[in-house]
Amino acid sequence: MNPFIQIITQPDNIAIVIMIIMVTFFTGWAFQQAFDNDKLLAAGRPVDGENDKFIDTFKPLVRIELLIAIVVMVGLTVWSIAVDAPLEEIANPTITPNPAKAPWYFLGLQELLVYFDPWLAGVVLPSLIVVGLLAIPYIDINPKGNGYYTFAERKYAIIIFSFGFLVLWLLLIVIGVFFRGPGWLWYWPWQEWDHARVVFEPTRDLTSVIGIDSRSLPGFLIGAFVVGSYLAGGMIAPYRYWKKNNPELLSQLGMVRYITIMFLFITMMSIPIKMVLRLVFLIKYIWITPWFNV
Amino acid sequence: MKSLPEISEKVRKNLIWKSIFRRDYRNSIRDRAQAVFGNVFLHLHPVQVRESAVKLRFTWGMGGITFFAFILLVITGVVLMFYYHPSIDQAYTDIKDLEFQVPFGVILRNLHRWGAHFMVIVVMIHMFRVFMTGSYKAPRQFNWGIGVFLLVLTFLLSFTGYLTPWDQLGFWAITVGTNMGAATPLLGYQGPFSEYLHITPYNDIRFALLGGAQVGGNALLRSYIWHCVAIPLISIILMFVHFWRVRKDGGISKPQK
Ligand code: HEM
Repeated sequence: MNPFIQIITQPDNIAIVIMIIMVTFFTGWAFQQAFDNDKLLAAGRPVDGENDKFIDTFKPLVRIELLIAIVVMVGLTVWSIAVDAPLEEIANPTITPNPAKAPWYFLGLQELLVYFDPWLAGVVLPSLIVVGLLAIPYIDINPKGNGYYTFAERKYAIIIFSFGFLVLWLLLIVIGVFFRGPGWLWYWPWQEWDHARVVFEPTRDLTSVIGIDSRSLPGFLIGAFVVGSYLAGGMIAPYRYWKKNNPELLSQLGMVRYITIMFLFITMMSIPIKMVLRLVFLIKYIWITPWFNV
Repeated sequence: MKSLPEISEKVRKNLIWKSIFRRDYRNSIRDRAQAVFGNVFLHLHPVQVRESAVKLRFTWGMGGITFFAFILLVITGVVLMFYYHPSIDQAYTDIKDLEFQVPFGVILRNLHRWGAHFMVIVVMIHMFRVFMTGSYKAPRQFNWGIGVFLLVLTFLLSFTGYLTPWDQLGFWAITVGTNMGAATPLLGYQGPFSEYLHITPYNDIRFALLGGAQVGGNALLRSYIWHCVAIPLISIILMFVHFWRVRKDGGISKPQK
């Protein structure tokens, strides 16, 4: 069989294929409704649902709930008849499979292990994702776009969230499921897995690029300076910019909110930045300290 | 022969029928309302809803589908519990028995497995829809927060279930997952700064999760109890707060400009 077909029809991977199809469909539907509403807004007309009437719960709503329940039940039953859940060999602590993968919904985080040490990829970043999600309603003070699909009225919120959800969360999961083989090396889905394959990638640390040992004191200081200026610059630069161009926005946000937003945003953007550094420039660590490496 | 309407009339006038549904249903406004608030399951709904609640394009029914998946998982999960012992001597063979001995065991297990994948997928899509309609904005900020905890609990439900078959897949997925715990700053033995707290593999956060320094019998029992008792209980409580708040916050959000 074609290895590509083989990998996407592995029983547990069928779920990922279903996820890709569903997410694509609903993302399309959401943006389509957003653009439709944007046209209505631009024309000064009411958006979809604004002039809704009330109708009885019993039976219209109860009927549709029942219908959805039946459709979902039929779908899951067909899926369960067609595909059997796999059961591998009995657990054996002495045989480590290669690659050993976490459950699929955590593969995005496992993928981050290529770019960050475990304390960041496995603990700090996931915690910050939860904190960030919890914070969203309190840091997004844009009163518009409440209760209807729209893009024009909340461009930045939607772009940032979609980037985080669709790219950093879901795309990394898809990569972890379909593109990672033995040794967590990159394999195209049609490529045969080769357990003997070793890729020698001479990675280096940021300071060694300019010829300074990253484990020496100057290396430590330069690393601290780079990380520090990323954080401080990320905090100060937008502040300066808005202070000049949009001071109302800053005063509406207030200091606490501004710092929270920028901290979460800087942290989120550190992921693609670190990926580019690692993949394009083969840089492993930016800053080496006696306690942890970044 | 009696006609269908006559039979249905007769059934509705029957003593037993009346005792269950408490009153006649004559399709008046009053009766349609009574049908909702006279029923413990339906009365989670208001008596009347806005049209958008019935049209699929706004909510996609995703929250409801997530809830449906959860109920299905509770039912299939309880049945699976009849056939399963959480011990490393029996767990794996119990699953094999399910495949080869138990009537409909295969489809029972499949429904639970694929239902779990499905629930994780739809809960994420539900969150995406709530974001895209801006439904986390006032007055629904708190309910979004409840939702975030439900999202995490959904992941944890699935994660703790992974180990229960005691096969290589679950064993190593849980090993990889809990090894992250060892990297926790201060509290994991490989995490930064933990040496200052004298943290070792035998007293760190990973040890607490697994009930040991390795994935073994204690870890299986712990994941089983989290999976079948503790996390479902917490989730059910939060779901009811979630549904309650959907209503108290004014029902499904409507355009506010
Ligand atoms: C086990 C998980 C969950 C269940 C069973 C659930 C169920 C529901 C249901 C049935 C609704 C009614 C409207 C609809 O179907 O969309 C709803 C609304 C809502 N959900 Fe969830 N939900 C879950 C997780 C989440 C998550 C992860 C979030 C966000 C992070 C969230 C945030 C909300 C909010 C803010 C509303 C109100 C939406 C509105 O008024 O338009 N929920 N939920």
